[in-house]
Amino acid sequence: MTHDEPRGAVLAAEGRLPAERVALVDLLDRLLAGGVVVSGDLVLSIADIDLVRISVRALIMSVRESGTAAEGGGYDQIGR
Amino acid sequence: MSATVTEGMSVVADAGTYLYAVARDVDVLCPEGLRGVAGQAVRTIARSGLVAYVSTVPLDQFGEEPLRRSMEDLDWLGETAHAHHRVVEAVAAAAPVAPVRLVTVYSGEEQVRRLLDERHDDFVEMLSRVAGRQEWGVKAYVEKAQTAAQPAAPQEREASRQESSSPGTDYLRRRQASLRTREETWRQAGARAERIHDVLRSVAVASRRHRAQDPELSGRDDWMVLNGAYLVDEERAEEFARALDELRGQGIELELTGPWAPYSFTVLEEGGAR
Repeated sequence: MTHDEPRGAVLAAEGRLPAERVALVDLLDRLLAGGVVVSGDLVLSIADIDLVRISVRALIMSVRESGTAAEGGGYDQIGR
Repeated sequence: MSATVTEGMSVVADAGTYLYAVARDVDVLCPEGLRGVAGQAVRTIARSGLVAYVSTVPLDQFGEEPLRRSMEDLDWLGETAHAHHRVVEAVAAAAPVAPVRLVTVYSGEEQVRRLLDERHDDFVEMLSRVAGRQEWGVKAYVEKAQTAAQPAAPQEREASRQESSSPGTDYLRRRQASLRTREETWRQAGARAERIHDVLRSVAVASRRHRAQDPELSGRDDWMVLNGAYLVDEERAEEFARALDELRGQGIELELTGPWAPYSFTVLEEGGAR
């Protein structure tokens, strides 16, 4: 890559960040509003947790709400 | 190890099976020495051409009650989320992967096998949709200076000077003008975010908008107007990044994260695949 390559292209070329360097807030967006959700035979899944008094409660609730909202209009069908 | 459980029977166990991700069972290799949440070794469960990545977790930490408490502990949550992510990344490096939502704990291996059986077709379809594609995250911020109260436009200042009869009226007028400016700035930023999203979407095969992050957690005061996720063909990654770079500037700051495993595009809710 040349030195004047724009930032995005550099990041794209560098590949993945080590897991430790990924910002928790970006990770939680994905881990709490994305991914496969299953139930049945479960001891526990995140959907069952009634989170109270949680320091990150606002974040988690908002992420979860957005997950629900995305089912309506925000989610584009995947093309082939 | 797997508890023998019959359906409908309540089980008192001291260990559960934590599920991280599901992939096609074509080249089953569990990365050597891979450790997941609570420092436990990750192993695979193969079934019906699929493979699940799991580890055993102690239920005194991952049972419902303990989790209620530990989910309130940001350090614990961070550690667990990163450990989950590390496993997903290790799998994603080798094969298309469907990450599972954080903290999904089964009572035993048999239940995971049943999941792979019952949702086989959904997983296969999902994995073929994300194969050869990566998720990119794009966050757009309006810089703080842009949303701070700004002085009214010159003609409004002039008008208020001529018409004002008291300092109070003057103040209200200035405040209204400042609110209008602020509203207008936000409206424009919102419209700009829509355009950015549309451009990025055109390079992606799928997109999804997450809710804007809480400033306390993102660590930024700036107003987040877009928190998007885009599923992009691997060979178009640089094109996507270039499109993003062209959208930079004019008071909007864009932040690119990724590539991510396709977390935002493997949502499989109970009761049906999308």
